[in-house]
Amino acid sequence: MSENIISVKDLYHRYGDFTAVDGISFDVKEGEIFSFLGPNGAGKSTAINVLTTLLPLQEGSATVAGHNVAEDPQKVRESIGIVFQDVTLDRDMTCREILDFHGNLYRMPSTERRKRIDELLALVQLENKQDTRTKQLSGGMKRRLEIARGLMTRPRVLFLDEPTIGLDPQTRMRMWDYIKAVNEEGTTIFLTTHYMDEADHLSDRISIIDKGQIIITGSSYELKNTLGEDLIYLETSDMSGTIPILSGMELVKEVRKKSKGLTAMLDGDGTKILPRIIETLSAEGIKVSVVNLKKPSMDDVFVHYTGRELRDEGAEKSSSAITRAGRR
Amino acid sequence: MHLGFLTIYWRDMIRFYRFKTLLISSLVQPALWMAFFGIAMSANFNRLTSDIPPLPGVPSVDYLTFMAAGVIAMTTLFTSLFGGMSLLFDKNWGLMREIFASPLPRNHIIFGIALSGMTKSFIQSIIIMVFGIIIGAQFFFGYSAIKTLLAVLGILLFVAVFSLGFLFLSAAISISLESPEGMQGIMTLLTMPIFFASNALYPINAFPPALQAISMVNPLTYLVTGIRYFAIGDNFQAIGIHYSYTPLQIGLAFLFLIGFATVMFTLAWWRFRKAVVT
Ligand SMILES: Nc1ncnc2c1ncn2[C@@H]1O[C@H](COP(=O)(O)OP(=O)(O)O)[C@@H](O)[C@H]1O
Ligand SMILES: [Mg+2]
Repeated sequence: MSENIISVKDLYHRYGDFTAVDGISFDVKEGEIFSFLGPNGAGKSTAINVLTTLLPLQEGSATVAGHNVAEDPQKVRESIGIVFQDVTLDRDMTCREILDFHGNLYRMPSTERRKRIDELLALVQLENKQDTRTKQLSGGMKRRLEIARGLMTRPRVLFLDEPTIGLDPQTRMRMWDYIKAVNEEGTTIFLTTHYMDEADHLSDRISIIDKGQIIITGSSYELKNTLGEDLIYLETSDMSGTIPILSGMELVKEVRKKSKGLTAMLDGDGTKILPRIIETLSAEGIKVSVVNLKKPSMDDVFVHYTGRELRDEGAEKSSSAITRAGRR
Repeated sequence: MHLGFLTIYWRDMIRFYRFKTLLISSLVQPALWMAFFGIAMSANFNRLTSDIPPLPGVPSVDYLTFMAAGVIAMTTLFTSLFGGMSLLFDKNWGLMREIFASPLPRNHIIFGIALSGMTKSFIQSIIIMVFGIIIGAQFFFGYSAIKTLLAVLGILLFVAVFSLGFLFLSAAISISLESPEGMQGIMTLLTMPIFFASNALYPINAFPPALQAISMVNPLTYLVTGIRYFAIGDNFQAIGIHYSYTPLQIGLAFLFLIGFATVMFTLAWWRFRKAVVT
């Protein structure tokens, strides 16, 4: 069966006194899409930089494509492709030159190089831009070119650090298609993201990472299932009375207090359990004022395990503004 | 043999060619030096030294010819010191990450950048020679075609080794720094003493002893000496001073430049091994 193409054990990385990666261990299987999902500053890029040999390994052990990162960085470099978090394209080189330069760095013979460039320009649909300088490309085109570059040398593992950051929704979906296509050709993908939907949509397995630690690892389905089948949000006339009643009910897995209401995780079909809950509560004289039923999302998983929402500070402000506006 | 450095070289030359302003200014600037400084100063020097009786039997050259060698040397110095700067931009714009994460051995980055800096210096040196001769510098005076060719090769050899030394230094500084402003500052600080404590534009014979000592360990002095030997000859007088060189002196000057380049490469290699680029 598939073996581990990346294997990391007790990895730490410190910048001075600050611990950016705080003892993580995980394995990535050959052929899968594996994601690090975590907020900005979680330590995702630091971990990628250690795995790609840009940062020295300080503590712990890591192997990539069968080579030890600390002992054989050269072999690791030969086996991987990387798309960095920020755009790293020379503005004054053309698309073709960018790929040519990259192939040369890896000593690809010229006929193979030319063939591969043609293939990849077709894959990322940049054939008619091949002689355009990169400064004239749109954000999405730049990203596609970088993905093509990461694939030039047919790496066994492709590292993608926040591949769709700053792209518009349509371009993001196109990128996802490319990433899936690349994976189907046999390349293992290690990606980091702070977008729930991206991790959810793309990954075979996800590690949620926060403050340099892996909190939980599993498939998207498994992670959400740890929260039960359905989630119910309630606001009632007597919150303190509601909690013990709900907790005592059949198929209610766990009840958590929120700022105004509460959420109940259910071990069964919410559409059937919800009417029973409302009945039971009104029999006790408690009036339900707000109700919401939903499937657990990655957001809920993250909040459940870290106790806070996975959002950029900026995004948090704007989304709470929307909520407030919506409530009025 | 691993030819990875050619990849770095190729990219840097593309950039040199694409930035038209950079290309044109680096070609025009030395010509302007010759045209303005050269002609203005030679009028002065020729007048000031006109009543010094010339040494009998020693060929005499005018100031323009004397300083043209200095302009070649000076241009090479500036171009080489700034030659490593593209590494700093690559680092700041994240482009260096691609290279550092690739299997290319790091010393090839140094070689590639050095080779492209050297190429630029070659182009500039040849332009100065041609332009200098056009405006009246008596380079290769009375030489046969073969001798001229050999002399040009000799000059380029000196320019090559000298430029490598300063390109290695420039690469070492670039990879260690964070900001182009800092680089600019260091370069200004370096160019002044190197340029003025040398025999590029005037003789060092009249320097105070301390300055003379500096000029004797200054690589620029040896480059200028080499260029004059090949372009003018081993025995001539200019602005009232008699210059004569033995092949041994020229050989030692060349060895000094090789020594300098070796030390600078060691420095750059050490800085590159320590460099972390993320
Ligand atoms: N070069 C550095 N020096 C000091 N601190 C750093 C450096 N790079 C990253 N950090 C810190 O380490 C933490 C993790 O950063 P990073 O790995 O970039 O997170 P992520 O990619 O998940 O957003 C952040 O708090 C960041 O400020
Ligand atoms: Mg990051």
